[in-house]
Amino acid sequence: MSRLQRRFAELKQANRAALVTFVTAGDPDYAASLAILKGLPEAGADVIELGMPFTDPMADGPAIQLANIRALGGKQNMVKTLQMVREFRTGNQDTPLVLMGYYNPIYAYGVARFIADAKAAGVDGLIVVDLPPEHNDELCDPAQAAGLDFIRLTTPTTDDQRLPVVLAGSSGFVYYVSVAGVTGAGAATLAHVEQAVARLRRHTDLPVCIGFGIRSPEHAASVARLADGVVVGSALVDRIAKAASKEQAVGDVLGLCRELAEGVRGARR
Amino acid sequence: MTETSYRTGPDEKGLFGQFGGQFVAETLMPLINALAAEYEKAKSDPAFLEELAYFQRDYIGRASPLYFAERLTAHFGGAKIFLKREDLNHTGAHKINNCIGQILLARRMGKQRIIAETGAGMHGVATATVAARFGMQCVVYMGTTDIDRQQANVFRMKLLGAEVIPVVAGTGTLKDAMNEALRDWVTNVETTFYLIGTAAGPHPYPAMVRDFQSVIGNEVRAQILEKEGRLPDSLVACIGGGSNAIGLFHPFLDDASVQIVGVEAAGHGIDTGKHAASMAGGAPGVLHGNRTFLLQDEDGQITDAHSISAGLDYPGVGPEHAWLHEIKRVEYVPITDHEALQAFHHCCRLEGIIPALESSHALAEAFKRAPKLPKDHLMVINLSGRGDKDMQTVMHHMQDKLEKHA
Repeated sequence: MSRLQRRFAELKQANRAALVTFVTAGDPDYAASLAILKGLPEAGADVIELGMPFTDPMADGPAIQLANIRALGGKQNMVKTLQMVREFRTGNQDTPLVLMGYYNPIYAYGVARFIADAKAAGVDGLIVVDLPPEHNDELCDPAQAAGLDFIRLTTPTTDDQRLPVVLAGSSGFVYYVSVAGVTGAGAATLAHVEQAVARLRRHTDLPVCIGFGIRSPEHAASVARLADGVVVGSALVDRIAKAASKEQAVGDVLGLCRELAEGVRGARR
Repeated sequence: MTETSYRTGPDEKGLFGQFGGQFVAETLMPLINALAAEYEKAKSDPAFLEELAYFQRDYIGRASPLYFAERLTAHFGGAKIFLKREDLNHTGAHKINNCIGQILLARRMGKQRIIAETGAGMHGVATATVAARFGMQCVVYMGTTDIDRQQANVFRMKLLGAEVIPVVAGTGTLKDAMNEALRDWVTNVETTFYLIGTAAGPHPYPAMVRDFQSVIGNEVRAQILEKEGRLPDSLVACIGGGSNAIGLFHPFLDDASVQIVGVEAAGHGIDTGKHAASMAGGAPGVLHGNRTFLLQDEDGQITDAHSISAGLDYPGVGPEHAWLHEIKRVEYVPITDHEALQAFHHCCRLEGIIPALESSHALAEAFKRAPKLPKDHLMVINLSGRGDKDMQTVMHHMQDKLEKHA
């Protein structure tokens, strides 16, 4: 059983949704980013998405674009991102960690080398925004063969005809992008989320996590009543942007994570 | 045994060899597939083709002349030089060929809002033009660096009713404008048609843009046969994304006797790192929906392009060019800012034609080759656009030079 499967099974048992947090590796710098990463499980993150920085994050809004720029400004690269995962894993064996980003840095690193090194570092899964199922042979197939989950984004534009194609290569969980748009933009209505989750459940037994535009503990709680997981990214990353110091950035991100976790954990009581 | 054709790509996955493809976010995939299906239908629909031909003739002003450049030919004393006068098209460049085709498709698909990215502003102007003609809303993304150096085109777009949105991110050039256009598209996917300006991006764009631009090469073929009774010996065109070049080249790819040369922008020189030559100075990678040659560092981060010509200032190249480079059917060579400017002045003084700085790169390479070639060598250069938009840039450059020599 993979770490992701185990975590979602435990949460199902406890009748609560997962809090899935996104931060960019190396934002605001390596040390502070590692401190955030190490602090997230204790602050209530059930699953961690760690962004691999890229110069051209086409599907991201301003908050995560800036996070990428800060990380790259601090000379973050793939080698350091994988090092960060290794350091995280020395103290944590239970929290699933998923790398998220764009294909080119992986392609430049070398797909086979990336899969081997990510697996060895303790990565559990991958989300690669610009690799649709049409290109499963590039990374999805070899990654899954090596035991890394490949988490698919599904969106409001993924119709019933296409959904099975998208889900065929999915494992770990399904990430539902609840609004057509970039990260950090507007949020979907709860009615839309409810409908979307119902539609996805007709097609898959995988846990369904909802992301895009979820910013507050209250909002997270309301989504947690409907889905298996709630993804928060831009709101956390914004705390780094607004912090006056790196110490404050660490404290503020973990602080918001605690509030979000409280919301998610209290949702179904 | 049949000979291999270079003209059958892309395959059903949108690939030219290993290049091309559909590397985009899931939100866009259903739309891109719908677009590919609609384009397949349109290109064999006589009504669509008839309407396209009508607008090419009566709105763009096609066919554009194939002009024998007698004075340039005499000056260089070698090859017989012909200029394909895309600069004489409505809006002053080849860009409109593609815009007309895509807006007819947008209308077929019931889209009412058009978005585009632009570098030099020529594609932005051409898009704003067709949007005005077809009564559609138009939003153009343009980097702030490009806005500064292409003021006149910004004003033209506004006159035509387009909204020009400045893009601050990155270096404020074409790549950043394309990122922002993709973000808009992903947000407004139901209502919006993304009118990509070059033969790049996710499938079907590279093939579709090539097809709409192939009118250039098809005309050249007929025109040179009429004038000279035979095919040209060589073709030369500049490459940013490469739409004018693929438009000229594609109809000749299977004619083994035709030597084909694409000219990349070498900026200050390939070894300075300040250039836009993704094939001479880049490596294969994935950006903006396709796998192609990209300017990037060893970590796969995209690096900044540099060229005096805003239209070539892009760190990638269309995937079909990447493939033609890999299989060596087309020779790709770099030309520096300085060489392009020299060619620009030659063309102005000897032919009374002010070429775009983009096209001046093609001229520069042609002028290097022409003196060494025999007098019966027929060389066709794609004069992809006119230089009116570049007055400010050239003026600044001449002033800098005068000051340095003062």
